[in-house]
Amino acid sequence: MSEGRRLRLRVFRHDPTDPASKPHLQSYEVQEAAGMTLFLVLTEIRERLDPTLCFDFVCRAGICGSCGMIVNGRPRLACRTLTKDLPQEITLLPMPAFALIADLSVDTGKWMRALSERLEAWLHAKEPACDLSRIEPPMDPDLADRIYELDRCIECGCCVAACGTAQMRADFVGAVGLNKIARFSLDPRDQRADADFYELVGDDDGVFGCMALLGCQDVCPKELPLQSQIAFLRRRMARAGV
Amino acid sequence: MPTGTASGTCPRGLRRRAHDKAGRVKIVYSDVLVIGGGLAGLRVAIGVRRRGLDAIVLSLVPAKRSHSAAAQGGMQASLGNAVKGAGDNEDVHFEDTIRGSDWGADQQVARMFVETAPKAVRELAAWGVPWSRVRRGDREVIINGQSVTITERDAAHGLLAQRDFGGTRKWRTCYVSDGTGHAMLYAIGDQAIAQGVPVHERKEALALIHDGSRCCGAVVRDLASGELIAYAARATVIATGGAGRLYRVTTNALICEGIGAALALETGIATLGNMEAVQFHPTGIFPAGILVTEGCRGDGGLLRDAAGHRFMPDYEPEKKELASRDVVSRRMAEHIRSGHGAETRFGPHLWLDITQLGRAHIDRDLREVKEICRYFLGIDPADAWIPVHPAQHYTMGGIRTKHTGESPTLRGLFAAGEAACWDLHGFNRLGGNSVAETVVAGMIVGEFVADFCASEQGDLNVPTALLREAVDAERRALDALLGSRGTESADLIRSEMQQVMTANVGIFRDASGLEAAVGKLEALLRRCAHIGLRRHRDGPNPELVMAYRVPRMLKLALCIAAGALAREESRGAHFREDFPRRDDAHWLRRTLASWSQPSARLPSLAYEPLDVASMELPPGWRGYGARDYLNHPDTARRTAEVQALRERSGGRARHEIQEALMSYRHLLPERLRAANERLGEEVR
Repeated sequence: MSEGRRLRLRVFRHDPTDPASKPHLQSYEVQEAAGMTLFLVLTEIRERLDPTLCFDFVCRAGICGSCGMIVNGRPRLACRTLTKDLPQEITLLPMPAFALIADLSVDTGKWMRALSERLEAWLHAKEPACDLSRIEPPMDPDLADRIYELDRCIECGCCVAACGTAQMRADFVGAVGLNKIARFSLDPRDQRADADFYELVGDDDGVFGCMALLGCQDVCPKELPLQSQIAFLRRRMARAGV
Repeated sequence: MPTGTASGTCPRGLRRRAHDKAGRVKIVYSDVLVIGGGLAGLRVAIGVRRRGLDAIVLSLVPAKRSHSAAAQGGMQASLGNAVKGAGDNEDVHFEDTIRGSDWGADQQVARMFVETAPKAVRELAAWGVPWSRVRRGDREVIINGQSVTITERDAAHGLLAQRDFGGTRKWRTCYVSDGTGHAMLYAIGDQAIAQGVPVHERKEALALIHDGSRCCGAVVRDLASGELIAYAARATVIATGGAGRLYRVTTNALICEGIGAALALETGIATLGNMEAVQFHPTGIFPAGILVTEGCRGDGGLLRDAAGHRFMPDYEPEKKELASRDVVSRRMAEHIRSGHGAETRFGPHLWLDITQLGRAHIDRDLREVKEICRYFLGIDPADAWIPVHPAQHYTMGGIRTKHTGESPTLRGLFAAGEAACWDLHGFNRLGGNSVAETVVAGMIVGEFVADFCASEQGDLNVPTALLREAVDAERRALDALLGSRGTESADLIRSEMQQVMTANVGIFRDASGLEAAVGKLEALLRRCAHIGLRRHRDGPNPELVMAYRVPRMLKLALCIAAGALAREESRGAHFREDFPRRDDAHWLRRTLASWSQPSARLPSLAYEPLDVASMELPPGWRGYGARDYLNHPDTARRTAEVQALRERSGGRARHEIQEALMSYRHLLPERLRAANERLGEEVR
């Protein structure tokens, strides 16, 4: 049982709004408890040791995607990372690729909104004005389940933080963007065809920028099938492009 | 986005931070300011945008991270596609909702809601929500612990599916596996982006701006830079969700601190309705309080005690695990008190057993539950029981509104969703009616907000001096906090408040516990004057944020505790051990709390009666829970009237009978009045 360990944390600190602030790692020690998550560790640090430490948690249940951070070198949702699965020394860094707000807090919201606008990542309905008092059009139940499988993305940014291309190419849409295209192209309610999606992701900032390192698939907290979706999408976009 | 500035004077020393170098306040104008970026707020914004108005949404977090995403099990809408939902309609949904509310709800509002819910769920289908669909033919389901084969109809194949939930007579809860809120929020969030609705993220409203009778926007703080901005709007809509974080053990997200409702309260003009009505969900995982959906029990899961005994049939022979949430939570707490809880070093708990549903079902329809069990408990719920304990879950009370969503006392202020007391839920909300309310209220209130802006009342004549003064007042308060050398810790005060609320204002309440709670909360509010900070810098400063939120949370907590102390009866989720009966004769009325002036230490309580003589469903037994209640003097007469009218109306269409009992359709926005089509029921 790992209870009773004295956890040693090294946490990235920097406030970009403060001219005097210099990026550095700050050390804290916390007594481990049974069932302890990084949410509980960071909350304890803020309440007992350092009320100035900035980080983002919302649901603390692995649902909302707010708390992506680099835990010992790997992007993870901190809220559902149990300390018993980590060594005694824990290094926490903010995710790269996103603007730093302060300490462990990064601006994924702005990034994701810009992505959605650029990829027009919303359903483009075939019939924009349906009569809401009428029975809904049917859909194959298995297809609905398959769409939900891709709809489970929580825009946490872990796949972007783990992406080799995204580190080199600021406009790369990342697995999150490609998965959205895969999701809407699977949906028969969306009027767009492959040629339309090609206009959005048929270049090096889109599906052809992927170097197939597939860190995204390894770190996705929702275990989305990113590898196969990117592969399928690349083949279809190649076909649409010729 | 139009911006403007107002020049003016302000006390020396404050000018530098409150204003830019030219001494001007930053002002952002819009037609509609929506505070809160969850389902209700976004749907209101989309609605007014479609009516040609500008809307700005303020959100503490990126909109898709809102607590709406945590709704798992589903959304009630009486489609009746699943065979176990066949025969469902608005009438049945209405009656379930009113019984669930323990007759505390506004029956006309409940009618507006059940009529619009099918339209809302179909709109979401058109916007891309991948609702789980009906599969034709035989399938095995678990009902009352037994495996049963049901046969879905050919005609329903591919239509939206429904599952069972507590307190409902038909399977009515539409769902997307158990990620319903997530799928809804993403579809609505995407639509908001498609419509070009700007979401100003990481912005927190600190105060509503008003002139004593008309709300004209809010003073807003940028949580990253610390900058203060005046947002001026013709209509202001609060959609900030519930206040679960007033309690120590809650299923709610960390941002559910009730601040929107507190801002309305602090105007001294807007009122809060029924704040003492607080729901406890039966199945928070123990001890963290993370929700596992009611869908677990709806799909056939059972509650067991330390000995493995299924105890709910002993208490509730008719509805068993699927009585309403207030009843199940109370029975669980009662069973634990009788010594049947499983003991741990964190205290006792009970078990939720979904093993009999089978791995295939859990993998498809309860996958969030499976993930939560895996990551937080280290168990597989297909093999092992889940430790559960009731946890604070929902705030039935909120900003009192008319059926339009507007405050009856502060013009131009609207509220929708959990932050509002519209009042659809009365003293207990049914599972599946919450996410349904967010989008339904969003649709309805959005239309009324647009109507308001189009009317003369919607004209905004706000002097920039009023905006500047409001910003200056907040600036002064923040500067005082930042400069304070006080010795009190905001975190500590908050955690003491949470202890008091969970210990004394929980599932079981009595006069002595509530009196003690009011006293302690009042003392905590006084201590807020001496909060000190360790970092005296504006900008990203979580300690400062907690320092200015805590007194607001305490005011809400006092509304709950004082309201609960005054209400000497038991109704829905409000249970008084010293007054265990529902007392319609004295308490068929809604509590209205207000905060008369900033220096007040307690809320003022007033009451508005519910009119039995105009109820479609007069008070009676709910069909579960205690049968013992005191009747209102008008109940017998109204019950006889309703019965006589129903007997006279034999053979008439249900819509006509309903209309004769309690007219409501004229209250709906015109575009939402059409009757709903469903299998076996064509539209007129």
